[in-house]
Amino acid sequence: MKPAPLWQIAGTFASLSLVAIGGANAVMPELQRQVVQVLGWMNDTTFASLFAIAQAAPGPNVLIVSLIGWHVAGLAGLAVASLAMILPSSLLAFGAGRVVTRLAGARAIRAIQRGLVPITVGLILASGVVMAATADHAALSILLTAGTAFYVFLSDWNPLWALSTAAIVSLLGSWLGLPA
Amino acid sequence: MPGSDASAPSLPKAAKRVGRMELFLGFLKIGVLGFGGVAPWARRVIVEERAWLSEEEYASLLGVGQILPGPNTLNLAVMVGDRFQRALGALIAVAALMTMPLAILMAVASLYERFAAFPEVASAMSGTAAAAAGLVIGTALKMTRRLRPTRMAILFGLVAFVAIGVLRFPLIAVVAVLAPISIAAAALERRA
Repeated sequence: MKPAPLWQIAGTFASLSLVAIGGANAVMPELQRQVVQVLGWMNDTTFASLFAIAQAAPGPNVLIVSLIGWHVAGLAGLAVASLAMILPSSLLAFGAGRVVTRLAGARAIRAIQRGLVPITVGLILASGVVMAATADHAALSILLTAGTAFYVFLSDWNPLWALSTAAIVSLLGSWLGLPA
Repeated sequence: MPGSDASAPSLPKAAKRVGRMELFLGFLKIGVLGFGGVAPWARRVIVEERAWLSEEEYASLLGVGQILPGPNTLNLAVMVGDRFQRALGALIAVAALMTMPLAILMAVASLYERFAAFPEVASAMSGTAAAAAGLVIGTALKMTRRLRPTRMAILFGLVAFVAIGVLRFPLIAVVAVLAPISIAAAALERRA
């Protein structure tokens, strides 16, 4: 595949950066829509494995954007994608942080927060469901998704345990000839 | 409010001094430890281990980080860095938070591209992808439980979920329409 032009990478992620309320997980459906459907940089399967790699590695989940940049345009793509995703929102946070320190506790700020929180949570749930639709093709993978969701919902243990257990279960399943 | 001093007494700026190196090492640790998301580790390091911020200060900064676009922890890093070492501190905190995970991620990804042809790797990765989806779903459910939303909040959450997750509308349009309505509703609900 021909490398994607850097200006396109920069534009795509810079505009995503400014709407990514709730962080990378909340924009996952939009990320997938842009990268797979609109721009055609990769297919669903590749997107799902990049997402899984980003989740399995430590660090902010926004790193999936760096990974996408790397995948479509090498090291330059990685640098441009990361900066485009991080810089606009960070500058906004910088300014907002100073304003809020001055206005701490103001009523308007609390109303904004209370209004945005449910949308944020709804967007994260949507991300999970969209990812599940991409990743789950058989009973075993549906079970792994549901199992991990319960694990995270009910416990405060490190999610890494669930992710690595899922990898092992899926591996055993393929040896036993189960479709995944 | 007593006096016209810009720094509110509830947020004492110079309560604690945090040096540049300290800032760098702290956020480096948060990044490296943060498997499956850095948010829990950020609180542990900033509040419990190093006591840079009190629980209340941390919660108020995180709240701002959450309502702004961009990764919550990254926004938090910008604001914490700025508070202790001005603009340079913000830069240091963000760089420290991103550097190690990025290096690890590139190593993992290049190993993956080399080994992706093996069926074992492919099936392990498909299992991980399924679990990663579950991690996101479980996180949303957990947040819902902890936030104890009002009925109206649940309604707005569901509308956002259906618009994006089921109908697959573009995010910008959904947020642009839904956010002002939800904020107005929250403001009115408070007054009622």
